[in-house]
Amino acid sequence: MVASHVLTGKERGAKIIVIDPREIQMSRLADIYLRPWPGTDVAWLNGIMNVIINEGLADTAFVEERTEGFDELRQVVMEYPPEKVEQIAGIPADGLRAAARMYAQTKPAAILYAMGITQHTTGTDNVKTCANLAMLTGNVGVPGSGVNPLRGQNNVQGACDLGGLPNVYPGYQVVTIPDVKAKYEAAWGVEGMSGKLGLTVTEMIEAADKGDVRAIYVMGENPMLSDPDLNHARHCLEALDFLVVQDIFMTETAALADVVLPGASYLEKDGTFTNTDRRIQRVRKAVEAPGQAKADWEIICDLARAMGAPGFEFASPAAVMEEVVVTTPIYGGVSYDRLEAVEGLQWPVPTADHPGTPYLHKGKFSRGVGKFNPVQYQAAAELPDEEYPLILTTGRMMFHFHTGTMTRRTEKLEQEAPEPYVEIHPDDAQRIGLNGGKRVRVSSRRGAIEVAVRVTSTIRPGVVFIPFHYVEGPANALTHAALDPIAGIPEFKVCAVRVEPV
Amino acid sequence: MDYKNVRTTCIYCGCGCTLNVQVADGEVVGILPCPEHPISRGSLCIKGWNAAEFATHPDRLRVPLIRREGGFEEASWEEALALVAERLGAIRDDSGPDSIGFFTSAKCTNEENYLLQKLARAVIKTNNVDHCARL
Repeated sequence: MVASHVLTGKERGAKIIVIDPREIQMSRLADIYLRPWPGTDVAWLNGIMNVIINEGLADTAFVEERTEGFDELRQVVMEYPPEKVEQIAGIPADGLRAAARMYAQTKPAAILYAMGITQHTTGTDNVKTCANLAMLTGNVGVPGSGVNPLRGQNNVQGACDLGGLPNVYPGYQVVTIPDVKAKYEAAWGVEGMSGKLGLTVTEMIEAADKGDVRAIYVMGENPMLSDPDLNHARHCLEALDFLVVQDIFMTETAALADVVLPGASYLEKDGTFTNTDRRIQRVRKAVEAPGQAKADWEIICDLARAMGAPGFEFASPAAVMEEVVVTTPIYGGVSYDRLEAVEGLQWPVPTADHPGTPYLHKGKFSRGVGKFNPVQYQAAAELPDEEYPLILTTGRMMFHFHTGTMTRRTEKLEQEAPEPYVEIHPDDAQRIGLNGGKRVRVSSRRGAIEVAVRVTSTIRPGVVFIPFHYVEGPANALTHAALDPIAGIPEFKVCAVRVEPV
Repeated sequence: MDYKNVRTTCIYCGCGCTLNVQVADGEVVGILPCPEHPISRGSLCIKGWNAAEFATHPDRLRVPLIRREGGFEEASWEEALALVAERLGAIRDDSGPDSIGFFTSAKCTNEENYLLQKLARAVIKTNNVDHCARL
């Protein structure tokens, strides 16, 4: 759907640059398509800035008025001339120059990315480098510009906004700040809450192995297919004393649980989702849940009552939202009445008469001036070698959603994409001696799977791609649990594998 | 026939397309796009057009289940929630609040995410709260 907006832009004369290790559908409509090695994003982004600065294409007025740290940025990106970037990233120097000129000279210009930028041990560095590029060219705080991460799941934005993170309460209020903790203790009428950072999903699973985490409560998540290095993840979850899973199907994770609680699907409950453009929208109950299944909000309130805990006496999701807005400034002006509008509300929406915020950083950044955070390129954690000579990069496809719990139970979608596969370049297929074979074994240091093979020149030689949706050929049996040190995100986009005919 | 059109938001991906869910006699009979919605502009992808079928799949969980020797057994809500409350309480008392972790959900609503992190932080008193945003 985002692509349809990009194509509308193209019809109106916009330019499209696609930079992706895989030749995605949009590449064919792009004005420039470049194919880097996975895991080299900081290098080629620095290279683009190198060209922009050297050719005098930076937005000097924006840089002077609204940013700081330009000299430090210049110093770092000067180490990335296009010829050096070509050695690291495999992008031809002239192609990189052309992309730099087109991006800098076409205004406004938007950067759109998804997990291809973030799922790296250098994910945070990659995002900082995208932000550097946007600020260098004045592409912040203007409609049609910006750094635009596209969220993979329907309510990733909302789950983060509402405090489903180990470091923040709702509205990104940091748990280690004593005043913030005191505010929530007062609001919730409790004492002795934790002022320590919590653990991420991947860290909790790791802590289960050590016995530091003994119980995990899972609501509508399926780490047994979505986490890296699944064999290890299973071992860790099996080490728990107690696992509760609340879900609508018996997922791979629920199958390991001690208690499974039947939840309601989105068609069977009221609530709100917050979509990738910070747009808060209503979910409305259409039908009843099957059997004794209950809406997840009701289950949590019932559990709190069973634990003797006050503060969960809500008659409806609307009543929950009335509590949320009191302590969550970015949602301060949200109400179910206002959400009757078909376009919803985009946060920050601090007060009941605030119209919402279609784009951020207009006039000033939240910290005042924008700071350039220059970073040096670092290679991925696991690179190909003689034993595992190919790079595996994993991802999604249009027909399936995340771990396939819903889409693989939908006939039309399953017909379109019924089985796991690996994409491999014809040169690699020949070297491996596939000889027209239809299935291959893909192995890494962590596991091995057998999948169908798709020989295609849309992938870079030396790189293979496997979608992660399929339990019968789980890409995450192969992936590497190396994490970005700040964000804790696993490096799904780069690990070393071997492909053999079966 | 009792017919209604329910305007809601798609469960698949972060775009947040509006769905007009057609309900006849308490069952979903179709999904239509919404021309007035600024993101979806009257279109849906193949997942959106088919975003109701899974909900009536025979594999749906209908009853709470408790693992006993020999596998899962059906239980009442009271029994299942009492067991969860008792075990979480006991583990917290034995090993401290940070020995328990909570996975909230990128597929559940804002209100549900708020409630589960509130349960973790205010009742168990741990910040071990996360979801699959990174995965």
